[in-house]
Amino acid sequence: MKNAKNKTSRRETWKRLLAYIRKSLPLLALTIVFAGATVGLSLYIPILCGRAIDCMTGTGTVDFDGIARCLVKIGICASLCGILQWVMNSLNNRVAYRVIRDVRRDAFDTLTHLPLSYIDSHPHGGTVSRVIADVDQFADGLLLGFTQFFTGIATIVCTLVFMLMIHPLITLAVVVLTPLSLFVAAFIARRTYSMFRLQSETRAELTAQINEVIGGQPVVRAFSRESDCLAEFDGINDKLEKASLRAVFFSSITNPSTRFINNVVYAAVCLTGALAVIGGSMTVGGLTSFLAYANQYTKPFNEISGVITELQNALACAERIFSLIDEDRETPDKPGAVSLAGAEGEVRAEHVDFSYVPDRELIRDLNLVVKPGQRVAIVGPTGCGKTTIINLLMRFYDVDAGSILVDGRDLRDIRRDSLHGAYGMVLQDTWMLRGTVRENIAMGREASDEEIEAAARAAHAHSFIRRLPEGYDTVISDDGGALSAGQRQLLCIARVMLAIPPMLILDEATSSIDTRTEMKIQNAFAAMMRGRTSFIVAHRLSTIREADIILVMKAGKIIEKGTHDDLLRAGGFYADLWGSQFEAVG
Amino acid sequence: MREQESDPLKNLFRTMRTYALESVLGPLFKLLEAMFELFVPLVVAAIVDRGIAQGDRAFVASRFFLLIGLGLIGIVCSITAQYFAAKASVGCAAKLRRTLYDRIQRLSFSDLDRIGVPTLITRLTGDLNTVQNGLNLALRLLLRSPFVVFGAMIMAFTIDARASLIFLGVILVLGAVVFGVMLASVPAYKKVQGELDSLTGSTRENLAGARVIRAFRMEEGERGKFSSHNDALYRRQLFAGRISALTNPMTFVILNAGIILLLWTSGLRVNEGVLTVGQTVALYNYMTQILVELVKFANLIVSISKAVSCMKRIDEVLTTEPAMSFPESDPAEDPDAPAVEFRNVTLAYTGGEPALAGVSFTVGRGETVGIIGGTGAGKTSLVALIPRFYDATEGTVLVNGADVKSYPAKTLRGKIGYVLQRASLFRGTIRSNLLWGADAGDEELAEAIRSAQAADVVSAKEDGVDSAVEQNGRNFSGGQRQRLTIARALVRRPEILILDDSASALDFATDAALRKELASLPYRPATLIVSQRTASIRHADRIIVLDDGRVAGMGKHDELLETCPVYREIYESQYRKEETA
Repeated sequence: MKNAKNKTSRRETWKRLLAYIRKSLPLLALTIVFAGATVGLSLYIPILCGRAIDCMTGTGTVDFDGIARCLVKIGICASLCGILQWVMNSLNNRVAYRVIRDVRRDAFDTLTHLPLSYIDSHPHGGTVSRVIADVDQFADGLLLGFTQFFTGIATIVCTLVFMLMIHPLITLAVVVLTPLSLFVAAFIARRTYSMFRLQSETRAELTAQINEVIGGQPVVRAFSRESDCLAEFDGINDKLEKASLRAVFFSSITNPSTRFINNVVYAAVCLTGALAVIGGSMTVGGLTSFLAYANQYTKPFNEISGVITELQNALACAERIFSLIDEDRETPDKPGAVSLAGAEGEVRAEHVDFSYVPDRELIRDLNLVVKPGQRVAIVGPTGCGKTTIINLLMRFYDVDAGSILVDGRDLRDIRRDSLHGAYGMVLQDTWMLRGTVRENIAMGREASDEEIEAAARAAHAHSFIRRLPEGYDTVISDDGGALSAGQRQLLCIARVMLAIPPMLILDEATSSIDTRTEMKIQNAFAAMMRGRTSFIVAHRLSTIREADIILVMKAGKIIEKGTHDDLLRAGGFYADLWGSQFEAVG
Repeated sequence: MREQESDPLKNLFRTMRTYALESVLGPLFKLLEAMFELFVPLVVAAIVDRGIAQGDRAFVASRFFLLIGLGLIGIVCSITAQYFAAKASVGCAAKLRRTLYDRIQRLSFSDLDRIGVPTLITRLTGDLNTVQNGLNLALRLLLRSPFVVFGAMIMAFTIDARASLIFLGVILVLGAVVFGVMLASVPAYKKVQGELDSLTGSTRENLAGARVIRAFRMEEGERGKFSSHNDALYRRQLFAGRISALTNPMTFVILNAGIILLLWTSGLRVNEGVLTVGQTVALYNYMTQILVELVKFANLIVSISKAVSCMKRIDEVLTTEPAMSFPESDPAEDPDAPAVEFRNVTLAYTGGEPALAGVSFTVGRGETVGIIGGTGAGKTSLVALIPRFYDATEGTVLVNGADVKSYPAKTLRGKIGYVLQRASLFRGTIRSNLLWGADAGDEELAEAIRSAQAADVVSAKEDGVDSAVEQNGRNFSGGQRQRLTIARALVRRPEILILDDSASALDFATDAALRKELASLPYRPATLIVSQRTASIRHADRIIVLDDGRVAGMGKHDELLETCPVYREIYESQYRKEETA
């Protein structure tokens, strides 16, 4: 059952791959022709050498004209072969790199259309490695596959033909004996498979331990657990050493074994060939050519079996990439979706149900009416799911039932980009673009230097930006530690200040800014919020009290809703929360 | 500085000493195998010159068995070599990995910060695997290829001195070409890597910043940026590929040029009667052997140079001496001294402005001290000095009247219950995590859990205190982890309890209940609470207000409101209006 499914998916993968290669089919055809030509030319050389040797009959009787003729031919063959080989390799590269480029482009295109639910629920490292490492590996496999597969096949065929031309009987001996080395290689590969699996499992176990302990050094040291951790590490490390030794050693038997069989073939050719020369059915030069062939006849077999594992690996990588490319994208805008130009800012939620996981209900029958210009505070302990509301408002996630409306229009009837444009958003996660400070404030918008500076001033970011080594042209990145968390937050605020949209989402927007700077920004915020519908994930009590609507959340659910006074009067969770803020300790 | 260049391999060789026998026997058996391989063309020459020339079938048969025999010796030698090489390389890697792991655990936090934890993890995992593979290859092949190349040349010399000159020429030219092409392709591949890094960056960025990018509608621009890097990568790859695709055709042409020369001179020599046909065949065979080995060698050099650069990175860590040493025996404590005392302490991380400057204060037993200040004010740096995660640049930190530098690490840290800002748990069970604090029975664990407000966390799990904790505690929420780490610190009934912003994920009610519990702990630890919220510390016996690494005020809440403008501003920014309401 599973096998059958596997097979069809394999076939699918091949089909997809072929679609990418189709554009390069003429090049590919050319490559195959060149591969045949180079192999033919290079294999013809041993015959020429043999003939040259046959011209050396003994002292004083050497046929120099004959040798010269052969040598000139060798020269021509070798040069031609060299040139063709180079062209062929370059063509191969072109085909493979082109496929990589196209696959990567499509993968990235999907990436920018993935629903947030995918991005949130899949480790980023895994997705990155699909776009980067998997594509590379799959290209390597493809490259190896192209070159070695065709040349391998061509070499086998040509060698066979040339050998048959020299002496059919000895050829038979070679053909019968060589498969032995393939059997040995396959046998060893089968036997070592489980050893390799054990090795990689143990390696994964070790990596997990390392991640945890080295990543958690402060705790490890604070509790003096260094030696306990080392002991635990030793246990896994020893296990890995044993597993690795077995895997590495037993797999490394393959080469000597196949080489031995090749040597046996070589010896057999020597024996039968010499006897044939004595018997007069072959020349010494023929024997020399034959020995050269016997030496390389088995090589393509080994290479092809290597190519097959490489191809399988490449195919597995391709499958992973295609599954990313095929990942469900965000539901596209409806055909008749409208643009939100100059939104009033009326937001309504009607009977909204939502959950991230089907059987873990989070929001049920949420109803909310926010009039233009009103302020909504979302309150609750950290991690209670306040970001869920933002996810729904921005339509990062779609509601399961009911609807959210802006200016009376269902979000699903509004073009997504215009919805995003109607909101200004400052998130707790102060994510920075790789680029200059200027680019980080403009965020793709056309803005003059003056406008950017004005926005930075309004966010109280101007003075620290000026002190940066390159001012507004200082390059920053998401992980670069050049900026403090607070400074990054100021930049995020400046982004919104640049073009204040009709609606605002502020998620604990000032958590990393020290409280004194924060007070200054508050004024700017207040000015910004005036007349604009705003949703604020709030910790500060003043913000909460002044809000027109307070949503109280706990464990992902909205448990209370109302104004400050309503909620205090109701005496629920909010009232407790409020009370604890002032409760005396001890 | 210059001498350090050769250093990276010194540590490797030192580790290899344990596997000295294997490290010598591996290459040795490989050389034996190569030697027997070199005899083969001579045997073939004998078959041609004697067996065939004299029609001696028995001689041919005997040489056949000789060839099989050489093959048998070859396989025995090489399997032996593979075994020793595998043993030495796997063993060395394991040992090196352990040394590195141990070293990392001894490095000071300044060094950990400087090198970076993700880098360290890569060195322990990926880099070490590459070193293992490189070492294995080196033991097997590094000596073999040159041996075969020069062996073939020497064999040629014994057959015909003049012919061997052609060999020398071919080897030199081939070597120059192979390495020349490799050198030329290095910068090209570096550029390829650069573009690939850009693509990786873009991909990562579009995952981590998905919300922001979409909120600001930058998807189209991002796609364009990726596309242009992608195209640039394609062009650079083509260019680099074109250079490296030269290697094979060029070696092929050069070798055949050598063969042409060889056959011509051989023809002359055979005509003079100096050389036999069989010897010509042998020379021809040696020439082809050289080609095979040189190509192998070039590939080998690529893998080995990769391994060497990984080893260099590992070595950077191994040669970093731990900046801190701890005495062996416990110092004399003063029973009347405060539990913690800072005397004019300044802390500057390497090359930076001081994170703390001139800080002095004391915390008595049973006292609670709050530490407050803006981001980057130095709060975490301050408490990190107590368990001696860092050493004060100036001044002294004392615990129970003794300099922290006079304590063995285990003694000093054993007194402290440290709850870090980042709440991390380790794979195991809740119990195994809590037992990090101290060996404790069910009663004591329950007690600590209750005090840390973590009872509902534990009871919500099916197996209670024996519930599984996944790696990094990822099956718990931030707030749950925070409470469990507090419980872990309480299990050891510490003399000094440090809470570094450890209640940030707790709601106000839980935070308040926790503070109440901590204030009534029966063993009365000296408690230091770091927080951004005045609510968390306003009832402390003393509050230290930090501003840019300096103490801006110290005293009780009410005093500070009067005397310390920084504190007042912080307080008002959080409580504006409510107090008066």
